[in-house]
Amino acid sequence: MSYISLSAADKSEMLARIGVAAVDELFGCVPEELRLGRDLDLPPAMSEPELLAHFDKIAGRTTYPRYLSFLGGGAYHHFIPAAVDALSGRGEFLSPYTPYQPEVSQGTLQVIFEYQTLICQLTGMDIANASLYDGASAAAEAVLMAQRLNGRSRVLAARSLHPQYRRTIETYTRNLGLTIEDIGFGPDGRLDGADLAAKLKNDVCGIIIQSPNFFGVIEDLPRAAEEVHGRQAVFIVAVAEALSLGILEAPGKLGADIVCGEGQSYGLAPAFGGPFLGFMACGKASLRQLPGRIAGQTKDVDGRRGFVLTLSTREQHIRREKATSNICTNQAWCALRATIFLETLGQAGLRETALQNMHKARAALGRLTRITGVQARFTGPVFNEFVLELPRDAAAAAEGLRAKGILAGIPLGPDYPELQNGLLVCVTEVQSRESIERLALGLEEILR
Amino acid sequence: MIRESLIFEISDPGKPAFALPALDVPEAEGLLDGLAVRSDIPGFPQVSEVEVVRHFTRLSQQNYCVDLGLYPLGSCTMKHNPKVNEKVAGLAGFAQAHPCAPPETVQGCLEVIKSLEDALCEITGLQAFTVQPSAGAQGELVGMMLIHAFLKSRGNPRKIVLIPDSAHGTNPSSAHLCGYKVQEVKSDPTGRIDPDELEKAVTEDVAALMVTNPNTLGVFESDIADIARIVHAKGGLLYMDGANMNALTGIVRPGDMGVDVLHINLHKTFSTPHGGGGPGSGPVGIVKALEPFLPTPVVVRRGEALDLDFERPRSIGRVRAFFGNFLVAVKALAYIRTLGPWGVREIAEISVLNANYIRKSLEGIYDLKYDAPSMHECVFSDKLQKEATGVTNLDIAKRLIDHGYHPPTMSFPLIVQGALMIEPTETESKRDLDGFIEAMKAIDREARESPEILKAAPHHSYVRRLDETAAARNPVVRWEKPKNP
Repeated sequence: MSYISLSAADKSEMLARIGVAAVDELFGCVPEELRLGRDLDLPPAMSEPELLAHFDKIAGRTTYPRYLSFLGGGAYHHFIPAAVDALSGRGEFLSPYTPYQPEVSQGTLQVIFEYQTLICQLTGMDIANASLYDGASAAAEAVLMAQRLNGRSRVLAARSLHPQYRRTIETYTRNLGLTIEDIGFGPDGRLDGADLAAKLKNDVCGIIIQSPNFFGVIEDLPRAAEEVHGRQAVFIVAVAEALSLGILEAPGKLGADIVCGEGQSYGLAPAFGGPFLGFMACGKASLRQLPGRIAGQTKDVDGRRGFVLTLSTREQHIRREKATSNICTNQAWCALRATIFLETLGQAGLRETALQNMHKARAALGRLTRITGVQARFTGPVFNEFVLELPRDAAAAAEGLRAKGILAGIPLGPDYPELQNGLLVCVTEVQSRESIERLALGLEEILR
Repeated sequence: MIRESLIFEISDPGKPAFALPALDVPEAEGLLDGLAVRSDIPGFPQVSEVEVVRHFTRLSQQNYCVDLGLYPLGSCTMKHNPKVNEKVAGLAGFAQAHPCAPPETVQGCLEVIKSLEDALCEITGLQAFTVQPSAGAQGELVGMMLIHAFLKSRGNPRKIVLIPDSAHGTNPSSAHLCGYKVQEVKSDPTGRIDPDELEKAVTEDVAALMVTNPNTLGVFESDIADIARIVHAKGGLLYMDGANMNALTGIVRPGDMGVDVLHINLHKTFSTPHGGGGPGSGPVGIVKALEPFLPTPVVVRRGEALDLDFERPRSIGRVRAFFGNFLVAVKALAYIRTLGPWGVREIAEISVLNANYIRKSLEGIYDLKYDAPSMHECVFSDKLQKEATGVTNLDIAKRLIDHGYHPPTMSFPLIVQGALMIEPTETESKRDLDGFIEAMKAIDREARESPEILKAAPHHSYVRRLDETAAARNPVVRWEKPKNP
């Protein structure tokens, strides 16, 4: 199948106007000796029915949807209202480019403006950008932004930050003279206050904490904020499960200077990890250090309200190597889905969904810790994930449950050697009382 | 026409909310005790589903898009986005797969990644690919990091990256983010890199040259083999920005030109929708020597099954969570499978044919600063119109909107004053190309007869010319509840 729209007659007419006999002549500038000179070794073309059958078969090799899954850890199963797919699937949203010509892009631009407003409201910050790639790269950008704000180079990162976010920060900062140090966690799963106090000196650029953290535990942000601000360091709060912002107080109201995170929970499928939605918000004073695109409000020549991309002197196409970030294409369509999702749920629906997540996680934690030998690894309050301490190796237990059609959670041993028996279990609103019971019975059986 | 409000302006807390099933577990007591919780999100909307649907449907109608017509945004490659690819990406085995699932349960996803990497190796002539980078700019960053890690392993990561003055702004920015000092290479009078000038600039401090080929003028760097030799002779590496790979597919391969590292944009060459500014995907291809440094994890074959290899001690690490913009990779692979080997070659053939047809049809009417042969795009300027009438490329672009077309890329590359960079892509029909050409000719006539029409354009859009200066001077970047309603 081909998507070319030229007939043979069209081609001849066009070649005649150009004044060449064949298309090949147009490639005269490509030296003969460099040319491939053979057909590409790719499978033959397919018709649409063949293509669908081909990919149905490949997709069928992913057996994951047949399992009962309690996986979270930065990617979440939430219900997505039909309006999100229907509206975001419109060609007018899917097939434009970046809104460089605002007069024919008001749809995209107003959506970005609404998205920025929603992110500000949810995070409690003054301003937000139009999106970044994902939560991990947003965390890395936040650290680089902190360095621009105070010029210091020692960064503290909670060990309870998503391990992949942590590695992304390391990669981004490696060649830029920044050092990253760990802050441990206590028996409650929260940031170890004593460790923080010991490492927090006047040369610290900033600290990045995730809440709810990788273990699902909700951090005591005001306490950390006070200490961090005492040293004039930048307090970065990462949010990997953005649904939590529907019920938990906004980090911006609890002392955060930069809030960054992952918006996948706002209407994006788990999609084997992407495309997701990085978000970032900060205080007004830091506006010119914020990376990424920003939409702003203005007026047209008739005085009507309209929206444009603005403050582009921060960006790479103007500032080149002096830009605040190298990002160009972002995740605009994912931000659109988040906007539709949030506006469909509304204030009441978002709160109800967040609360159901908390209730179901609490119910699951209660049920699972009634199993002999199983306990909560941490005592701190959780949102929709928690770490179970099993009486045996968590990876082996998870493997045992898989044979029963259950993916019970993420074994923590590979990332946290001291949590070899720790299993990170996620329970969202899509789980039912029955599915929680099935998990409990399965776990009981394999531990017996 | 209805002027669409912001959702916040039509919100009312009394509206019915989205509903979930009733909670089927006992309510936990003291659930929120001791926690900082919010009772209200000030200003957060509450509207009905009907209102949401109409709001976004109306907003969508304010957008121009490639589903509506020709979108000749040079360098951005706005080609048709096949509908079937959306359907393929929506299959549960892809869209519902969890990235932390055991590899045994996500074999279909790993197969997509592996198959796409293999296809990209064949198309580009490189030996290995990673699909982790989220977009072109992140691909550049990964490419630079791979070069840094490789050179460091040889004893010295070096200090300088050379970049032509015609390059995309992301190139210098990405090199800088990798800790390199950027040094500009001036284009020669034909708009290309001059090998003699390059020879002088390449020292043993130079880590790499970042070259875009065809470059941003749409001109093929015919001396690319010499360029590669010059850089390699001093121990440097050749990085290619593959944003314009659509001009080369099936004709010539970067790996055969001497390129060591390359990123390509799946949302350009391989038709995945731009979505109003992303998600993109910027896979990076490399020669064998750089393979140990690839981001983790790498998809590997173990017997019959595919697996994820995390044990790569020399890896640069990762630049995002999980495995990249996976669904974008699915759509790109579907496109490659649909086209097959000849279809992939046709991407280059017809995009170059279409661009040359436009060039030939508008030559003489619009100024062409560089007359080297065009590949997939051509860069005109406003010189003739500006000198005769005072009309600028901005006026021409805005007037095109009234004629029913999206404007070309403007004021880029920076080496062409008043640039109008036109890229039709291979999927346009002759009828649409002719329509665009006629519109450009009509605009030239209008410029000469009544330039005031252009200066006030657009006249028929949802909003007219917007004050971008005011937007930047007094930034209003979010809605706020009016103080005195």
